[in-house]
Amino acid sequence: MPLTKADFAAVLLTFELASLTTLLLLLIGTPIAWWLARTDSRWKQPIGAIVALPLVLPPTVIGFYLLVSMGPHGVIGQLTQSLGLGTLTFTFAGLVIGSVFYSLPFVVQPLQNAFEAIGRAPLEAAATLRAGPWDAFFTVVLPLAKPGFVTAAILGFAHTVGEFGVVLMIGGNIPGKTQVASVQIYNHVETMQYAQAHWLAGGMVLFSFIVLLALYSGRSSGRSSTRVWQ
Amino acid sequence: MHRRLSQALFTLCISLSCIAVTQAGDVQLAVAANFSAPIPAIARGFEEATGHRLVTAYGATGQLYAQIKNGAPFEVFLAADELTPAKLESEGEAVAGSRFTYAIGALALWSAQVGYVDERGAVLKANKFQHLAIANPKTAPYGLAAAQVLAKLGLSQAVAPKLVEGQSIAQTVQFVASGNAELGFVALSQVYKDGLLTSGSAWKVPAELHTPIRQDALILKKGEHNPAAMALVEYLKSEKVAAIITSYGYTR
Repeated sequence: MPLTKADFAAVLLTFELASLTTLLLLLIGTPIAWWLARTDSRWKQPIGAIVALPLVLPPTVIGFYLLVSMGPHGVIGQLTQSLGLGTLTFTFAGLVIGSVFYSLPFVVQPLQNAFEAIGRAPLEAAATLRAGPWDAFFTVVLPLAKPGFVTAAILGFAHTVGEFGVVLMIGGNIPGKTQVASVQIYNHVETMQYAQAHWLAGGMVLFSFIVLLALYSGRSSGRSSTRVWQ
Repeated sequence: MHRRLSQALFTLCISLSCIAVTQAGDVQLAVAANFSAPIPAIARGFEEATGHRLVTAYGATGQLYAQIKNGAPFEVFLAADELTPAKLESEGEAVAGSRFTYAIGALALWSAQVGYVDERGAVLKANKFQHLAIANPKTAPYGLAAAQVLAKLGLSQAVAPKLVEGQSIAQTVQFVASGNAELGFVALSQVYKDGLLTSGSAWKVPAELHTPIRQDALILKKGEHNPAAMALVEYLKSEKVAAIITSYGYTR
Protein backbone atom coordinates (compact mmCIF):
# COMPACT_ATOMS: atom_id res chain seq x y z
CA MET A 1 0.00 0.00 0.00
CA PRO A 2 1.63 3.25 -1.04
CA LEU A 3 -0.22 5.35 1.56
CA THR A 4 1.64 5.99 4.81
CA LYS A 5 0.34 6.31 8.34
CA ALA A 6 0.62 10.08 8.01
CA ASP A 7 -1.60 9.94 4.91
CA PHE A 8 -4.31 8.02 6.76
CA ALA A 9 -4.04 10.40 9.71
CA ALA A 10 -4.48 13.31 7.30
CA VAL A 11 -7.57 11.74 5.72
CA LEU A 12 -9.08 11.00 9.14
CA LEU A 13 -8.36 14.55 10.30
CA THR A 14 -9.97 15.93 7.15
CA PHE A 15 -13.18 14.03 7.84
CA GLU A 16 -13.18 15.11 11.50
CA LEU A 17 -12.73 18.73 10.44
CA ALA A 18 -15.45 18.51 7.78
CA SER A 19 -17.93 16.76 10.11
CA LEU A 20 -17.51 19.23 12.95
CA THR A 21 -17.61 22.19 10.57
CA THR A 22 -20.81 20.92 8.92
CA LEU A 23 -22.48 20.41 12.29
CA LEU A 24 -21.56 23.92 13.43
CA LEU A 25 -22.61 25.40 10.10
CA LEU A 26 -26.06 23.78 10.28
CA LEU A 27 -26.49 25.27 13.76
CA ILE A 28 -25.23 28.73 12.79
CA GLY A 29 -26.49 28.73 9.21
CA THR A 30 -30.11 27.82 9.93
CA PRO A 31 -31.03 31.01 11.85
CA ILE A 32 -29.08 33.16 9.38
CA ALA A 33 -30.80 31.53 6.40
CA TRP A 34 -34.20 31.75 8.12
CA TRP A 35 -33.71 35.45 8.79
CA LEU A 36 -32.49 36.09 5.22
CA ALA A 37 -35.47 34.19 3.79
CA ARG A 38 -38.05 36.03 5.88
CA THR A 39 -36.82 39.55 6.48
CA ASP A 40 -37.74 42.77 4.68
CA SER A 41 -35.00 44.62 6.53
CA ARG A 42 -32.68 46.91 4.59
CA TRP A 43 -29.86 44.87 6.06
CA LYS A 44 -30.92 41.81 4.07
CA GLN A 45 -28.77 42.59 1.03
CA PRO A 46 -25.60 43.61 2.93
CA ILE A 47 -25.79 40.55 5.21
CA GLY A 48 -26.52 38.31 2.22
CA ALA A 49 -23.48 39.76 0.44
CA ILE A 50 -21.24 39.18 3.48
CA VAL A 51 -22.41 35.56 3.72
CA ALA A 52 -21.62 35.07 0.02
CA LEU A 53 -18.13 36.65 0.22
CA PRO A 54 -16.22 33.35 0.62
CA LEU A 55 -17.71 32.23 -2.72
CA VAL A 56 -15.69 34.82 -4.58
CA LEU A 57 -12.73 35.54 -2.28
CA PRO A 58 -9.54 33.56 -2.84
CA PRO A 59 -9.04 31.27 0.20
CA THR A 60 -5.64 32.89 0.73
CA VAL A 61 -7.41 36.19 1.48
CA ILE A 62 -9.53 34.52 4.17
CA GLY A 63 -6.43 32.66 5.41
CA PHE A 64 -4.33 35.81 5.54
CA TYR A 65 -6.91 37.79 7.51
CA LEU A 66 -7.45 34.86 9.87
CA LEU A 67 -3.68 34.58 10.41
CA VAL A 68 -3.49 38.27 11.29
CA SER A 69 -6.72 38.50 13.34
CA MET A 70 -6.15 35.24 15.26
CA GLY A 71 -2.55 36.23 16.01
CA PRO A 72 -1.48 37.72 19.35
CA HIS A 73 -2.02 41.28 18.08
CA GLY A 74 -5.29 40.63 16.22
CA VAL A 75 -8.88 41.15 17.38
CA ILE A 76 -9.73 37.44 17.72
CA GLY A 77 -6.30 36.70 19.21
CA GLN A 78 -6.72 39.38 21.90
CA LEU A 79 -10.13 37.97 22.77
CA THR A 80 -9.02 34.34 23.00
CA GLN A 81 -5.95 35.32 25.03
CA SER A 82 -8.05 37.31 27.51
CA LEU A 83 -10.27 34.21 27.88
CA GLY A 84 -7.14 32.18 28.68
CA LEU A 85 -7.37 30.12 25.47
CA GLY A 86 -4.12 31.32 23.95
CA THR A 87 -4.10 31.91 20.20
CA LEU A 88 -6.01 29.74 17.75
CA THR A 89 -3.52 29.63 14.88
CA PHE A 90 -1.84 26.23 14.41
CA THR A 91 -4.70 24.50 16.28
CA PHE A 92 -7.56 22.26 15.20
CA ALA A 93 -10.02 24.74 16.73
CA GLY A 94 -8.51 27.45 14.55
CA LEU A 95 -9.06 25.33 11.45
CA VAL A 96 -12.68 24.71 12.44
CA ILE A 97 -13.31 28.46 12.77
CA GLY A 98 -11.58 29.12 9.45
CA SER A 99 -13.62 26.39 7.76
CA VAL A 100 -16.89 27.75 9.16
CA PHE A 101 -16.16 31.09 7.45
CA TYR A 102 -14.95 29.39 4.30
CA SER A 103 -17.97 27.09 3.84
CA LEU A 104 -20.68 29.40 5.23
CA PRO A 105 -22.37 30.29 1.89
CA PHE A 106 -22.46 26.62 0.84
CA VAL A 107 -24.75 25.92 3.80
CA VAL A 108 -26.67 29.19 4.14
CA GLN A 109 -27.68 29.58 0.50
CA PRO A 110 -29.35 26.17 -0.02
CA LEU A 111 -31.15 26.60 3.32
CA GLN A 112 -32.29 30.10 2.40
CA ASN A 113 -33.61 28.85 -0.95
CA ALA A 114 -35.42 25.99 0.78
CA PHE A 115 -37.03 28.33 3.34
CA GLU A 116 -38.06 30.78 0.60
CA ALA A 117 -39.59 27.94 -1.42
CA ILE A 118 -41.82 26.98 1.51
CA GLY A 119 -43.46 30.39 1.52
CA ARG A 120 -45.68 31.82 4.25
CA ALA A 121 -48.82 29.74 3.70
CA PRO A 122 -47.86 26.56 5.63
CA LEU A 123 -46.75 28.63 8.61
CA GLU A 124 -49.94 30.68 8.58
CA ALA A 125 -51.92 27.46 8.48
CA ALA A 126 -49.88 26.16 11.42
CA ALA A 127 -50.56 29.38 13.32
CA THR A 128 -54.31 29.05 12.83
CA LEU A 129 -53.98 25.58 14.39
CA ARG A 130 -52.37 27.31 17.37
CA ALA A 131 -48.88 26.01 16.78
CA GLY A 132 -46.28 28.25 18.44
CA PRO A 133 -43.36 29.52 16.33
CA TRP A 134 -40.95 26.85 17.61
CA ASP A 135 -43.53 24.10 17.25
CA ALA A 136 -44.27 25.26 13.69
CA PHE A 137 -40.57 25.40 12.86
CA PHE A 138 -39.88 21.84 13.98
CA THR A 139 -43.09 20.21 12.74
CA VAL A 140 -43.69 22.17 9.52
CA VAL A 141 -40.56 23.93 8.30
CA LEU A 142 -37.96 21.25 9.06
CA PRO A 143 -39.76 18.39 7.22
CA LEU A 144 -40.54 20.64 4.23
CA ALA A 145 -36.98 21.97 4.06
CA LYS A 146 -35.37 18.57 4.51
CA PRO A 147 -33.94 18.37 0.95
CA GLY A 148 -32.42 21.81 1.53
CA PHE A 149 -30.76 20.61 4.72
CA VAL A 150 -29.39 17.54 2.93
CA THR A 151 -27.98 19.70 0.11
CA ALA A 152 -26.53 22.18 2.61
CA ALA A 153 -24.88 19.47 4.70
CA ILE A 154 -23.39 17.68 1.68
CA LEU A 155 -22.06 20.88 0.11
CA GLY A 156 -20.70 22.19 3.41
CA PHE A 157 -18.96 18.91 4.11
CA ALA A 158 -17.54 18.46 0.61
CA HIS A 159 -16.36 22.05 0.35
CA THR A 160 -14.54 21.77 3.70
CA VAL A 161 -12.85 18.55 2.57
CA GLY A 162 -11.52 20.47 -0.41
CA GLU A 163 -10.17 23.35 1.66
CA PHE A 164 -6.52 24.17 1.07
CA GLY A 165 -5.59 27.85 1.07
CA VAL A 166 -6.98 28.64 4.49
CA VAL A 167 -5.33 25.60 6.12
CA LEU A 168 -2.05 26.41 4.43
CA MET A 169 -2.08 29.93 5.84
CA ILE A 170 -3.07 29.17 9.45
CA GLY A 171 -2.33 25.46 9.91
CA GLY A 172 1.43 25.01 10.28
CA ASN A 173 1.38 21.44 8.87
CA ILE A 174 1.20 19.69 12.26
CA PRO A 175 0.50 15.94 11.89
CA GLY A 176 -2.76 14.91 13.57
CA LYS A 177 -3.72 18.52 14.31
CA THR A 178 -3.65 20.62 11.16
CA GLN A 179 -2.14 18.39 8.46
CA VAL A 180 -5.24 17.70 6.31
CA ALA A 181 -5.41 15.67 3.10
CA SER A 182 -5.15 18.59 0.66
CA VAL A 183 -1.99 19.86 2.39
CA GLN A 184 -0.59 16.33 2.44
CA ILE A 185 -1.09 16.12 -1.34
CA TYR A 186 0.80 19.37 -1.73
CA ASN A 187 3.61 17.98 0.46
CA HIS A 188 3.85 14.86 -1.71
CA VAL A 189 3.99 16.89 -4.92
CA GLU A 190 6.67 19.15 -3.49
CA THR A 191 8.79 16.22 -2.35
CA MET A 192 8.29 14.54 -5.74
CA GLN A 193 6.45 11.56 -4.21
CA TYR A 194 4.05 11.53 -7.11
CA ALA A 195 2.73 7.98 -6.50
CA GLN A 196 1.46 8.92 -3.05
CA ALA A 197 0.14 12.21 -4.39
CA HIS A 198 -1.80 10.26 -7.03
CA TRP A 199 -3.38 7.94 -4.46
CA LEU A 200 -4.57 10.79 -2.28
CA ALA A 201 -5.53 13.08 -5.14
CA GLY A 202 -7.32 10.28 -7.00
CA GLY A 203 -9.17 9.44 -3.79
CA MET A 204 -10.31 13.06 -3.54
CA VAL A 205 -11.56 13.05 -7.13
CA LEU A 206 -13.48 9.83 -6.54
CA PHE A 207 -14.91 11.13 -3.26
CA SER A 208 -16.03 14.42 -4.82
CA PHE A 209 -17.61 12.62 -7.76
CA ILE A 210 -19.56 10.27 -5.50
CA VAL A 211 -20.76 13.15 -3.36
CA LEU A 212 -21.96 15.15 -6.35
CA LEU A 213 -23.52 12.07 -7.91
CA ALA A 214 -25.44 11.43 -4.69
CA LEU A 215 -26.49 15.06 -4.64
CA TYR A 216 -27.74 15.11 -8.24
CA SER A 217 -29.44 11.70 -7.99
CA GLY A 218 -31.23 12.79 -4.82
CA ARG A 219 -32.29 15.97 -6.56
CA SER A 220 -33.84 14.37 -9.62
CA SER A 221 -35.79 11.84 -7.53
CA GLY A 222 -37.04 14.32 -4.90
CA ARG A 223 -40.01 16.52 -5.88
CA SER A 224 -39.50 19.77 -4.05
CA SER A 225 -35.74 19.59 -3.95
CA THR A 226 -35.34 20.66 -7.57
CA ARG A 227 -35.94 24.26 -6.54
CA VAL A 228 -33.49 24.20 -3.72
CA TRP A 229 -30.17 24.85 -5.37
CA GLN A 230 -29.83 26.54 -8.72
CA MET B 1 -22.67 27.98 -33.29
CA HIS B 2 -19.73 26.08 -34.73
CA ARG B 3 -18.36 29.21 -36.25
CA ARG B 4 -18.54 31.11 -33.00
CA LEU B 5 -16.89 28.29 -31.14
CA SER B 6 -14.00 28.11 -33.58
CA GLN B 7 -13.61 31.88 -33.44
CA ALA B 8 -13.45 31.72 -29.68
CA LEU B 9 -10.88 28.93 -29.85
CA PHE B 10 -8.83 30.89 -32.33
CA THR B 11 -8.81 33.97 -30.08
CA LEU B 12 -7.84 31.78 -27.15
CA CYS B 13 -4.94 30.25 -29.08
CA ILE B 14 -3.69 33.67 -30.13
CA SER B 15 -3.77 35.01 -26.59
CA LEU B 16 -2.12 31.88 -25.19
CA SER B 17 0.68 32.02 -27.72
CA CYS B 18 1.26 35.65 -26.77
CA ILE B 19 1.83 34.50 -23.21
CA ALA B 20 3.96 31.52 -24.14
CA VAL B 21 6.31 33.12 -26.66
CA THR B 22 8.44 35.70 -24.91
CA GLN B 23 9.71 38.73 -26.72
CA ALA B 24 13.33 38.74 -27.75
CA GLY B 25 15.42 40.03 -24.86
CA ASP B 26 13.21 38.56 -22.13
CA VAL B 27 14.32 35.80 -19.76
CA GLN B 28 11.74 33.69 -17.95
CA LEU B 29 13.27 33.11 -14.53
CA ALA B 30 12.08 30.76 -11.79
CA VAL B 31 13.41 31.67 -8.34
CA ALA B 32 13.29 29.87 -4.99
CA ALA B 33 11.30 31.86 -2.42
CA ASN B 34 14.29 32.57 -0.14
CA PHE B 35 16.11 34.46 -2.92
CA SER B 36 13.25 36.88 -3.66
CA ALA B 37 14.80 39.81 -1.74
CA PRO B 38 17.90 40.38 -3.93
CA ILE B 39 16.08 39.83 -7.24
CA PRO B 40 14.79 43.41 -7.82
CA ALA B 41 18.33 44.81 -7.46
CA ILE B 42 19.75 42.07 -9.70
CA ALA B 43 17.02 42.63 -12.30
CA ARG B 44 17.71 46.35 -12.38
CA GLY B 45 21.47 45.85 -12.79
CA PHE B 46 20.93 43.17 -15.46
CA GLU B 47 18.61 45.39 -17.49
CA GLU B 48 21.02 48.33 -17.28
CA ALA B 49 24.03 46.20 -18.21
CA THR B 50 22.52 44.14 -21.04
CA GLY B 51 19.17 45.64 -22.07
CA HIS B 52 17.49 42.27 -21.48
CA ARG B 53 14.47 42.01 -19.19
CA LEU B 54 13.78 39.53 -16.35
CA VAL B 55 10.33 37.95 -16.03
CA THR B 56 10.38 36.32 -12.62
CA ALA B 57 8.23 33.68 -10.92
CA TYR B 58 8.78 32.80 -7.25
CA GLY B 59 7.93 29.50 -5.58
CA ALA B 60 9.11 26.61 -3.47
CA THR B 61 11.88 24.65 -5.19
CA GLY B 62 9.92 21.37 -5.27
CA GLN B 63 6.87 23.10 -6.67
CA LEU B 64 8.92 24.83 -9.37
CA TYR B 65 10.47 21.45 -10.20
CA ALA B 66 7.01 19.95 -10.76
CA GLN B 67 6.08 22.89 -13.00
CA ILE B 68 9.30 22.61 -15.03
CA LYS B 69 8.74 18.87 -15.52
CA ASN B 70 5.28 19.68 -16.80
CA GLY B 71 6.23 22.24 -19.40
CA ALA B 72 6.51 25.54 -17.52
CA PRO B 73 8.11 28.19 -19.76
CA PHE B 74 11.05 28.90 -17.42
CA GLU B 75 14.46 29.36 -19.04
CA VAL B 76 16.70 29.84 -16.02
CA PHE B 77 16.12 28.29 -12.59
CA LEU B 78 17.60 29.55 -9.31
CA ALA B 79 16.92 26.74 -6.85
CA ALA B 80 17.26 26.69 -3.07
CA ASP B 81 19.37 23.53 -3.10
CA GLU B 82 21.86 21.46 -5.13
CA LEU B 83 19.74 18.33 -5.48
CA THR B 84 16.88 19.68 -7.57
CA PRO B 85 19.08 21.26 -10.29
CA ALA B 86 21.22 18.09 -10.39
CA LYS B 87 18.05 16.02 -10.83
CA LEU B 88 16.80 18.27 -13.62
CA GLU B 89 20.15 18.04 -15.37
CA SER B 90 20.27 14.24 -15.16
CA GLU B 91 16.69 14.05 -16.44
CA GLY B 92 17.63 16.04 -19.53
CA GLU B 93 15.50 19.06 -18.64
CA ALA B 94 18.45 21.43 -18.60
CA VAL B 95 21.43 22.50 -20.68
CA ALA B 96 24.23 20.07 -19.73
CA GLY B 97 27.11 21.71 -17.87
CA SER B 98 25.27 24.95 -17.15
CA ARG B 99 24.85 24.20 -13.44
CA PHE B 100 26.71 26.38 -10.93
CA THR B 101 26.41 27.59 -7.31
CA TYR B 102 25.09 31.15 -7.37
CA ALA B 103 24.82 31.62 -3.60
CA ILE B 104 25.40 29.94 -0.27
CA GLY B 105 22.62 30.72 2.16
CA ALA B 106 22.78 31.57 5.83
CA LEU B 107 20.22 30.64 8.46
CA ALA B 108 18.89 32.97 11.15
CA LEU B 109 16.79 32.40 14.25
CA TRP B 110 14.51 35.40 14.08
CA SER B 111 11.77 37.04 16.14
CA ALA B 112 9.65 40.04 15.22
CA GLN B 113 10.06 41.27 18.81
CA VAL B 114 13.09 43.38 19.60
CA GLY B 115 15.29 41.77 22.24
CA TYR B 116 13.53 38.39 22.12
CA VAL B 117 16.32 36.42 20.45
CA ASP B 118 19.78 36.83 22.03
CA GLU B 119 23.01 36.79 20.05
CA ARG B 120 23.85 33.22 21.03
CA GLY B 121 20.48 31.62 20.57
CA ALA B 122 20.11 30.76 24.27
CA VAL B 123 16.39 31.47 23.89
CA LEU B 124 16.11 28.06 22.21
CA LYS B 125 17.49 26.18 25.22
CA ALA B 126 15.34 28.23 27.63
CA ASN B 127 12.35 26.84 25.68
CA LYS B 128 9.84 29.37 27.02
CA PHE B 129 8.08 30.01 23.70
CA GLN B 130 4.76 28.59 22.47
CA HIS B 131 5.64 28.12 18.80
CA LEU B 132 8.88 27.75 16.88
CA ALA B 133 8.39 28.13 13.13
CA ILE B 134 10.55 26.28 10.62
CA ALA B 135 10.12 25.59 6.93
CA ASN B 136 9.03 22.05 6.05
CA PRO B 137 12.34 20.10 6.28
CA LYS B 138 11.16 17.71 3.54
CA THR B 139 10.52 20.43 0.99
CA ALA B 140 12.62 23.45 1.95
CA PRO B 141 16.45 23.38 2.28
CA TYR B 142 16.31 26.04 5.00
CA GLY B 143 13.88 23.82 6.89
CA LEU B 144 16.29 20.91 6.61
CA ALA B 145 19.15 23.11 7.86
CA ALA B 146 16.96 24.23 10.79
CA ALA B 147 16.22 20.60 11.69
CA GLN B 148 19.97 19.86 11.58
CA VAL B 149 20.69 22.78 13.92
CA LEU B 150 18.09 21.57 16.41
CA ALA B 151 19.55 18.06 16.27
CA LYS B 152 23.10 19.34 16.74
CA LEU B 153 22.04 21.37 19.77
CA GLY B 154 20.25 18.29 21.17
CA LEU B 155 16.91 20.11 21.18
CA SER B 156 14.94 18.13 18.60
CA GLN B 157 12.88 16.26 21.20
CA ALA B 158 12.37 19.23 23.48
CA VAL B 159 10.94 21.57 20.84
CA ALA B 160 9.09 18.97 18.73
CA PRO B 161 5.63 19.71 20.22
CA LYS B 162 6.13 23.42 19.55
CA LEU B 163 7.18 23.21 15.91
CA VAL B 164 4.96 24.73 13.26
CA GLU B 165 5.90 24.31 9.63
CA GLY B 166 5.59 26.78 6.78
CA GLN B 167 5.34 25.27 3.32
CA SER B 168 8.09 27.58 2.14
CA ILE B 169 10.60 29.79 3.88
CA ALA B 170 8.44 32.78 2.86
CA GLN B 171 5.48 31.38 4.78
CA THR B 172 7.72 30.69 7.79
CA VAL B 173 8.62 34.38 7.89
CA GLN B 174 4.89 35.17 7.72
CA PHE B 175 4.20 33.05 10.82
CA VAL B 176 6.89 34.92 12.78
CA ALA B 177 6.20 38.39 11.36
CA SER B 178 2.50 38.15 12.31
CA GLY B 179 3.50 37.16 15.86
CA ASN B 180 1.72 33.79 15.64
CA ALA B 181 5.06 32.10 16.31
CA GLU B 182 7.37 33.99 18.70
CA LEU B 183 10.42 32.93 16.74
CA GLY B 184 11.49 30.85 13.78
CA PHE B 185 14.35 29.72 11.57
CA VAL B 186 14.35 31.81 8.39
CA ALA B 187 16.78 32.67 5.65
CA LEU B 188 19.06 35.46 6.84
CA SER B 189 18.40 37.25 3.52
CA GLN B 190 14.75 37.71 4.46
CA VAL B 191 15.47 39.80 7.55
CA TYR B 192 18.82 41.35 6.69
CA LYS B 193 19.91 44.15 4.43
CA ASP B 194 23.17 46.06 4.04
CA GLY B 195 24.68 44.32 7.03
CA LEU B 196 21.80 45.18 9.36
CA LEU B 197 18.74 43.41 10.70
CA THR B 198 15.64 44.98 9.13
CA SER B 199 13.41 44.39 12.20
CA GLY B 200 13.05 42.42 15.43
CA SER B 201 15.91 40.37 16.84
CA ALA B 202 17.97 37.50 15.44
CA TRP B 203 20.77 35.02 15.98
CA LYS B 204 22.91 34.39 12.94
CA VAL B 205 23.23 30.62 13.14
CA PRO B 206 26.91 29.54 12.80
CA ALA B 207 27.39 27.74 9.48
CA GLU B 208 29.06 24.72 11.14
CA LEU B 209 25.77 23.74 12.79
CA HIS B 210 24.27 22.59 9.47
CA THR B 211 25.38 21.36 6.07
CA PRO B 212 26.04 24.33 3.77
CA ILE B 213 22.94 25.58 1.97
CA ARG B 214 24.42 25.61 -1.52
CA GLN B 215 21.95 27.09 -3.96
CA ASP B 216 22.49 26.05 -7.55
CA ALA B 217 21.25 27.61 -10.78
CA LEU B 218 21.06 26.25 -14.29
CA ILE B 219 19.78 26.98 -17.79
CA LEU B 220 16.71 24.94 -18.68
CA LYS B 221 16.01 23.39 -22.09
CA LYS B 222 13.53 26.18 -22.91
CA GLY B 223 16.33 28.74 -22.58
CA GLU B 224 18.90 26.82 -24.61
CA HIS B 225 18.77 29.14 -27.62
CA ASN B 226 17.98 32.37 -25.81
CA PRO B 227 21.02 34.70 -25.70
CA ALA B 228 19.38 36.60 -22.85
CA ALA B 229 19.43 33.42 -20.72
CA MET B 230 23.17 33.02 -21.32
CA ALA B 231 23.69 36.70 -20.53
CA LEU B 232 21.80 36.31 -17.27
CA VAL B 233 23.97 33.40 -16.14
CA GLU B 234 27.13 35.39 -16.96
CA TYR B 235 25.70 38.35 -15.06
CA LEU B 236 24.90 36.18 -12.01
CA LYS B 237 28.58 35.20 -11.87
CA SER B 238 29.76 38.83 -11.94
CA GLU B 239 31.34 40.80 -9.08
CA LYS B 240 28.42 43.18 -9.14
CA VAL B 241 25.96 40.43 -8.22
CA ALA B 242 28.41 39.09 -5.62
CA ALA B 243 28.24 42.49 -3.90
CA ILE B 244 24.42 42.54 -4.03
CA ILE B 245 23.97 39.06 -2.57
CA THR B 246 26.59 39.69 0.15
CA SER B 247 24.57 42.69 1.30
CA TYR B 248 21.66 40.27 1.86
CA GLY B 249 23.72 37.86 3.94
CA TYR B 250 24.58 35.28 1.27
CA THR B 251 28.12 34.18 0.47
CA ARG B 252 29.50 32.56 -2.64
